Amino acid sequence: MSEETVPIYTVSSAPHAHSGASVRGIMLDVIIALTPAMLAATYFFGLHAIRLLLVCVIGCVATEAACRKLMGRNLAIDDLSAVVTGILLAFNLPPSLPTGYALFGCVVAIAIAKQVFGGIGYNPFNPALIARVALLVSFPAAMTRWHSPLNPDRWTSLGWIDAATTATPLDLVKTAVTSGETLPFSWDGSMAMRFFVGNMDGCIGEVSALALLLGAAYLLWRRCISWHIPGTYIATVAILAGMLRVINPSANMPLTFHLLAGGLMLGALYMATDMTTSPLTKRGQIIYGIGCGLLTMVIRRWGGYPEGVSFAILLMNAVTPLINQYTQLGVYGHKA
Amino acid sequence: MKVTRALRKLRGSIHPQYFKGLTADAPITTMPAPAKLFVSMAQHLGAPAKPIVAKGDIVVQGQCIAEAAGFISAPVHAPASGKVLEVDTAPTPAGTMAPRIIIETDPQNTETQTLPPMPEWQKQPRETLLARIAEAGIAGMGGAGFPTRVKLSPPADKPIDTLIINGAECEPYLTADHRLMVEHSAGIVNGIRIICHLLEVKHVHVAIEENKPSAIEAMQQALEQLDGVEASVCILPTEYPQGAEKQQISMTTGREVPSGGLPMDVGCVVENVGTVLAVANAILEGLPLTHRVTTVTGHIVQTPQNVLAPIGTTYADLVAFCGGLTNPAAKVISGGPMMGMAQPSLEGSTTKTSSGLVFLEERRVHVYRSLPCIGCGRCIEACPMDLIPAAISYTVEGGDYDKAEALNILDCIECGCCAFVCPASRPLVQHFKLAKPKIIVKRRQAAAAKGTA
Ligand code: SF4
Ligand code: SF4
Repeated sequence: MSEETVPIYTVSSAPHAHSGASVRGIMLDVIIALTPAMLAATYFFGLHAIRLLLVCVIGCVATEAACRKLMGRNLAIDDLSAVVTGILLAFNLPPSLPTGYALFGCVVAIAIAKQVFGGIGYNPFNPALIARVALLVSFPAAMTRWHSPLNPDRWTSLGWIDAATTATPLDLVKTAVTSGETLPFSWDGSMAMRFFVGNMDGCIGEVSALALLLGAAYLLWRRCISWHIPGTYIATVAILAGMLRVINPSANMPLTFHLLAGGLMLGALYMATDMTTSPLTKRGQIIYGIGCGLLTMVIRRWGGYPEGVSFAILLMNAVTPLINQYTQLGVYGHKA
Repeated sequence: MKVTRALRKLRGSIHPQYFKGLTADAPITTMPAPAKLFVSMAQHLGAPAKPIVAKGDIVVQGQCIAEAAGFISAPVHAPASGKVLEVDTAPTPAGTMAPRIIIETDPQNTETQTLPPMPEWQKQPRETLLARIAEAGIAGMGGAGFPTRVKLSPPADKPIDTLIINGAECEPYLTADHRLMVEHSAGIVNGIRIICHLLEVKHVHVAIEENKPSAIEAMQQALEQLDGVEASVCILPTEYPQGAEKQQISMTTGREVPSGGLPMDVGCVVENVGTVLAVANAILEGLPLTHRVTTVTGHIVQTPQNVLAPIGTTYADLVAFCGGLTNPAAKVISGGPMMGMAQPSLEGSTTKTSSGLVFLEERRVHVYRSLPCIGCGRCIEACPMDLIPAAISYTVEGGDYDKAEALNILDCIECGCCAFVCPASRPLVQHFKLAKPKIIVKRRQAAAAKGTA
């Protein structure tokens, strides 16, 4: 070697190449995928959708930053996961929910459901869903006050929300079924189309199946999610709903109603697919998806709540470690 | 000539950027011996060779300068003529210490020493041929450096029916094997003929990735000259790690090497194309293994190329031969970027297993700043052994080696696919490499304890 200063090279263990994938990149893709649904929420619910989205995103990011500071964690906050949680939490709220309640939800989601367990990667339950359930239990009235979308005043004032409240389609069905009345809908193609686009009562982010599917297609293309969870989840709901309808058409809504009403699309495409709280292997994901579908329909049909998506996913989150345990792959070179 | 396709799909794989275009079309260039050669005695798997020359001795190219230290070992020959400057100890590319012989080369001394060629090798007894392969110092040139004579002498209870010639070269950047197949296909086929004779096998697969059409064509044509065995080029899809031994056996024969087993357990022997060529040279021309082709490459190398250089050439001399660097390097890798070893300086020198020397500039060096696992499952998808790297990683980090063993960490082939895809940049394979030897030691101790009890 020459006498000049010898350059020092980075020495580290192989591999020396990397795909370039990052947690931040994945979160960015999720945010991109959620954008159509954010636009749909804004279109249907106006200023209140914007209010809730802003409050939840800022609330979640601020809580995350505060927690990290308090706990002395030096993990970078730039992974964008709190932004995703904020958007998903907002999506799970009714348009009229007061700002203070929404902030309460942020603190529950980030501080309790995520940071207490160790932060990103360690939370056993979906933080946004924990927050939704906490809100539902703490403020049942506020969490079940619904307003019809497309109110003419939605762009100009926040006041339209004081006007007449309504009920979600699933509420109506539940009430009718429990009181033994006839089903409240005549379900036809134009009604289904209305629901599909998102013109129905509900949480701001769950109404538009169209927007949610668009985003999910992007995530599939980017390989951030695979078909296994959403596919089996939705298929299970469809099969059960179809069977119930065939068995007793007077007490059960048609299959397409169950797919489009309520939070199934949001839940199956974005909440159940949360990487940390769902199983690792494809086989595990299939079991998990089927479980989510089963529980959703059981709660919708026989449970005390009109909607079962949140509870179903949280219950399946709880059994995810168990599923992981029992769905190990047949390793190369080991006889099956 | 028959062309076959892979029988199976890899259980997991990745598609890194290959950058083979830098050198794939560059013919092999021959580098004259540099002023000094630093010849390591640990160029192969097993015991390092024992030097038999001393400081001040005059050596001739091809002369044996160190002898094998046991059955799993290989001798070393002078890569060029000159004077022994020093016999000392120095780090190998893998970072362990081993004896080394420094030779001051003498360009005036054009003498070379060879072993007697064996043109009539078919008439020689098996043992003579195997002894020649050992004497020529041949060890697997694909990376592991397993002494070739040992590999070609399977025990009687392990019948071999298939020879697989590994020309996959799935590591990014590397093209040395590709060029060997294009330029020396006839020599490789001569080597195949000899090895088929030794192993008495009737089936030969030459496994080549689809991204090397010129190599596929060259080998296909050359294989026409091979009589008496059923030989075919098996075209593998371009994905990493097609070159891994176990994966390649599954691809070409559909067989699966049992956990903890060797290719011979399923009747296969896998040899790298460079090794096969070395076998042909040793038998037909009596040439000991003194030179090899190394791909010197990277976007910052002035003229990236495939260099046939004397073994023991320093990295500094190699890159100088290629015109130097256009920009400062941040990382220098001996081997490929997926499994190669980062070198602390250019003072190191090539060995029989130096397939490549890759220079990476700052922006191509990925820093593994790890986050907690987010459970994306990508490492599982990517693992060709169908392990669950995410889970193994936590057990290893927690020091729970029993659990890691239960999760089959010992089946890990250290290909690095898991770490490559991990969005949290977790050091997966990096940790496995540290844990595996400890687990193996523990296992041995446990077995020994049982034996004495
Ligand atoms: S390094 Fe080991 S665990 Fe990682 S992908 Fe390769 S075989 Fe699987
Ligand atoms: S790729 Fe990384 S983040 Fe994803 S599951 Fe594997 S270890 Fe976890």
